[in-house]
Amino acid sequence: MTSNTVLRIGLYGMLILFALFYLMPLFVMLTTSLKSLEEIRTGSLLALPRQITFAPWIEAWSTACAGTQCEGLRPFFWNSVLMAVPAVMISTVVGALNGYVFAQWRFKGANLFFAMILFGCFIPFQVVLLPMAQMLGLMGLAGTIPGLIFVHVIYGIGFTTLFFRNYYVTIPQELVRAAKVDGAGFFRIFWSIFLPISLPIITVSVIWQFTQIWNDFLFGVSFSGAGSQPVTVALNNIVNSTTGVKAYNVDMAAAIIAALPTLLVYVVAGKYFIRGLTAGSVKG
Amino acid sequence: MEWLERNVPKLVLAPSFVAIMVFVYGFIAWTAWISLTRSRLMPRYELDGFSQYERLFAAPRWDVAMNNLFIFGGLFIVISMAIGLFLAIFLDQKIRAEGVLRTIYLYPMALSLIVTGTAWKWILNPGLGIQEAIRGWGWESFTFDWLIRPEMAIYTIVLAAVWQASGFVMALFLAGLRSVDTEIIRAAQVDGIPTHRIYSAIIIPTMAPIFLSAFIVLAHLAIKAFDLVIALTGGGPGYATDLPATYMYAMAFSRGDLGQAASSAMVMMGVIFAIVVPYLYSELRPRNDK
Repeated sequence: MTSNTVLRIGLYGMLILFALFYLMPLFVMLTTSLKSLEEIRTGSLLALPRQITFAPWIEAWSTACAGTQCEGLRPFFWNSVLMAVPAVMISTVVGALNGYVFAQWRFKGANLFFAMILFGCFIPFQVVLLPMAQMLGLMGLAGTIPGLIFVHVIYGIGFTTLFFRNYYVTIPQELVRAAKVDGAGFFRIFWSIFLPISLPIITVSVIWQFTQIWNDFLFGVSFSGAGSQPVTVALNNIVNSTTGVKAYNVDMAAAIIAALPTLLVYVVAGKYFIRGLTAGSVKG
Repeated sequence: MEWLERNVPKLVLAPSFVAIMVFVYGFIAWTAWISLTRSRLMPRYELDGFSQYERLFAAPRWDVAMNNLFIFGGLFIVISMAIGLFLAIFLDQKIRAEGVLRTIYLYPMALSLIVTGTAWKWILNPGLGIQEAIRGWGWESFTFDWLIRPEMAIYTIVLAAVWQASGFVMALFLAGLRSVDTEIIRAAQVDGIPTHRIYSAIIIPTMAPIFLSAFIVLAHLAIKAFDLVIALTGGGPGYATDLPATYMYAMAFSRGDLGQAASSAMVMMGVIFAIVVPYLYSELRPRNDK
């Protein structure tokens, strides 16, 4: 064997070892969620289930207790859907229009405002939690899903604007000038020139926003009420619920259910996901 | 009508402008104000100087939180960058199944930190998790009980956070490696320069901006880390794994101490300012020069 072959084998060995490290938690979650409690107590964490049972999944979905409420994850899962879908759509539309203005309709002061938006992306949300709680109260949106949608739209605009601005800025301004000469207005140009070429960046924006909003915990736990908690908050409540025997298999099933939508998005559209994340680091 | 036509772009931006001014900058000002008052359960608006900050810096719990931030942040950033860089270089060697491996390394980034915390809490559970599994294989004295040891629990948070974010750093670095001019690399290869020298002397130095981006993103994640601590350790044992973000939350929502919550949020804000402002300044400057 040449030293080169040895090197290759070592290389693949390392890569596979890391792959196992990244896969291990998913493997453990999945196998644990299919075991009975009895088997968890007697068996090993890394062993495959001897007898597969779906009971933990059913319990996690429809009867597990999150705090005092014992309806499983189901109602909270739908809360997250009801929150994420409109919030993603609104923040993407606003971001597209903002990005279009910043990239193609520059005016005095636009750069300063863009810098301010960019900076807003980086603030720790702890610094807006207290005033936002008061503001939602004043608007009558405290503890409601529309309240959460509002919060996610507000703090999502920065990123969506950034994505669309960086994308539209690569389109030559002559195009807009020519269209203006032909008598097309602001919205007309957006609708018939920019929107048709925007699919890649819309995908990035939707994936990014969906993952952020679906996975959010801080806003969910701070601003939701009994009936409006998103799935992340409910998952945390189920796992930390102290009543009764600790059902690890139900916890793991619940964790997978909570993770499923974003995992699915990632597997189906992973390529765009990577691109979106890289774009999120300002440089693009 | 003509006025309207001319000002459409500004009108389109107006709602966002108002929103950012009120909900970002206005709210920061509000929090700054509250941090200078004696607000407890309800906000009060009589200024009281810096007494909240004095209380904050005298609080042992805040001390623990800041110490933890430095331990956690430092290790999280360094380890994630190291793993990310090595994986990227390894994957850059014309690896078969690169796509599959990349997907595996990156998927944790799609998960909620609450899910990540829940999974690792179960794996690290000394009674049933990895410790038990390895003892079951015959290594009876194997011990891995960091989760319940106050002085070690913070490292379990590092472990889970690195698991979550290192794949993303890998993706950033891989994109960087791929964007290096292949002509230069080929020329170096022709000259017979060994691969590791090509990396250390040519490729990695040209990736400096990507290192900076990765650092900013990771530092930002570290300072905001909240969900993971809540799900993995709940800040415990005791408050051994408290971070500024969990301290702030505890003061705001369970202790009814708004003044402390506000002042701790302002300190977090200050730390992020110190890191991000110079970065944004250097990023935005060349664009303005154009």
